Amino acid sequence: MADVITYRQAVAEGIAREMRRDPAVVCLGEDIGAAGGVFRTTAGLHEEFGPGRVWDTPISEQAIVGAAMGAAMTGMRPVAEIMFSDFLACCWDYLANEIPKVRYMTGGQVTVPLVVRTANGGGLGFGAQHSQATENWALTVPGLKIAAPATPADVTGMMAAAIRSDDPVVFFEHKGLFATKGPPAPPDHVVELGHAAVVREGDDVTLVALASMVPLALTAAERLAEEGIDAEVIDLRCLVPLDAMTVLGSLAKTSRLVTVEENPYQGGWGGTLVSIVADEGFGLLDAPVRRVAAACVPLPFADVLEAEVIPSVDKVVAKVRDLTAY
Amino acid sequence: MTGATRTPDGRETAELLALYEEMAVIRRTEKAAHDLFLSGLVKGTTHLAAGHEAVAVGAGAALRDDDYVFATYRGHHHALARGATPEECLAELMSRASGLCGAKGGSMHLTKASGNMLGSYAIVGAHLPMAVGAAWSARLRGTRQIAVAFFGDGATNIGAFHEALNLAAVWKLPVLFVCENNLYMEYTPIADVTAVANPAADRAPAYGIPGETVDGNDVVAVREAVARLAGRARAGDGPGLLEARTYRHYGHSRADPATYRPAEEVERWLKHDPLDVARGRLAGLGVPAETVTAADARAEAVVQAAVEAAKKAPAPDPREALTDVWADGGARWRT
Ligand SMILES: Cc1ncc(C[n+]2csc(CCOP(=O)(O)OP(=O)(O)O)c2C)c(N)n1
Repeated sequence: MADVITYRQAVAEGIAREMRRDPAVVCLGEDIGAAGGVFRTTAGLHEEFGPGRVWDTPISEQAIVGAAMGAAMTGMRPVAEIMFSDFLACCWDYLANEIPKVRYMTGGQVTVPLVVRTANGGGLGFGAQHSQATENWALTVPGLKIAAPATPADVTGMMAAAIRSDDPVVFFEHKGLFATKGPPAPPDHVVELGHAAVVREGDDVTLVALASMVPLALTAAERLAEEGIDAEVIDLRCLVPLDAMTVLGSLAKTSRLVTVEENPYQGGWGGTLVSIVADEGFGLLDAPVRRVAAACVPLPFADVLEAEVIPSVDKVVAKVRDLTAY
Repeated sequence: MTGATRTPDGRETAELLALYEEMAVIRRTEKAAHDLFLSGLVKGTTHLAAGHEAVAVGAGAALRDDDYVFATYRGHHHALARGATPEECLAELMSRASGLCGAKGGSMHLTKASGNMLGSYAIVGAHLPMAVGAAWSARLRGTRQIAVAFFGDGATNIGAFHEALNLAAVWKLPVLFVCENNLYMEYTPIADVTAVANPAADRAPAYGIPGETVDGNDVVAVREAVARLAGRARAGDGPGLLEARTYRHYGHSRADPATYRPAEEVERWLKHDPLDVARGRLAGLGVPAETVTAADARAEAVVQAAVEAAKKAPAPDPREALTDVWADGGARWRT
């Protein structure tokens, strides 16, 4: 195995490992077969597993996710791809009303072990309908697990956990990270959902980030270190299950919290996290909490405009600097 | 089968009598649901399927026990036809712990997974792609099961209907789409909002699927049509669509008196009641009236006992509200 792998290769690798392990795992989505996916995140699957396990669909988001649900209810472990996370809105009924509710409303009779994978997030100048960070849409719905890995090894390890999960998982792959590289996952690597990672230790402030905001927070932490501010960076990795204990544990040490979110501030996951901290960790804080998040506007196209809207290293550094002076 | 009469065609007689009795149980269960609703023992809403019995029972007679069935919020008849008991169903409607879904589903979500009746869905059209997925799964597992989605005429104008038909056709899946065309959406005649005469059957050919119509109040005609389409699907010849013309006896939901329906139309359809149609067929086979009356009496007794048992059943433990979100049985979303 190569000593580095890209995030996009890690997606295909993660799926392939599970397909080798479990014949119930099948994939469906637009252009995912011989074409290998528009982001090349399913490259090689069709060659290895053939059209009987990797199915090209029409442009029918409702049918893709609805059929994945029906298959999951009847013995398969489908992995459905929705090309861009913006398009989740086309099959929102399945994510909001059907998949997460059927187990509950049938009194536990039916289980839906499926994964909906999707390319999330901005930073690439794709405009307002191909750039959104939509993980918060899913966060409002009880019954969905939400994974959003930041590194290639986590992509593979969390894919294993997601596909093996008996619960439905929405798996957000970040477009801005596809080309990034890192060590590949060791064999049989499984990253259980709901375990955050402390990716940089520090004593002065806790930065909590997700997906592409993790490398951004790490860069900000390096900059802050030059100013003598020692930031701890937590990669949340999942929104559901949410690892609030790791955040509270970090706050016991740093007593300052900044969330770094790509999604709009309004309704963002940081709001949920800081409300837990206010509820259960108020006494740990020596300063107010701060949230760095995207502005509440549709994502604009031009680089200069997009950069204005979504978080940047500068914005994180400025917010942390303010907070440590509090 | 008790009460079966030996005729030259004894088997058909016994089968038809059994189908009749099943329809009679469903009819009386719906009547009980209606009465319990009016007396305040059923909360929320109900969408009764009285009048549609021949579709569920006729289709059920043509399916294998391990075939999958998906229904709408108007799904009491489908749950009953797939093995749910009147007691489980009425207890669910009455919010009792012994309800089919532990009183977490209610009238609109009756589900009998052990009978492969995989749910009743209240979002119009949502379950059609699920049935396609179940059929896909059957094919992947090589089981020769088929999946059936029952839906209303109103659902044919929902995007999911069209996506499901196309995907089923291009993947050549063993799925049947069975439209219960009762001429109305909620209160609006389907003909006012659909440009073709048969909202389901006329559209099927556009997806490469054979679309047929059938008298949905004739249990034998439904059984034969479903058996034919199911046979094709099971043999690998792809999906089928059946539009069953039928009529609901009650209003759309709750206490809707359905005054928007012309009196002559109601009268015409009530004369073509599926139970009467089946009675006529039984008489034609030489079955004495007493045999049919005895079946009615058994149905009555079953439903009466179900009502009494459901009334006596306890309410669910409030703690049940926090179970069954996740596969581990719980609802925990954070550490
Ligand atoms: C997506 C959606 N839109 C609207 C409704 C509200 N609604 C519930 S039943 C119904 C009529 C459906 O008519 P039809 O499909 O013909 O079925 P029927 O009730 O006649 O069995 C409507 C509009 C809904 N439940 N779901």
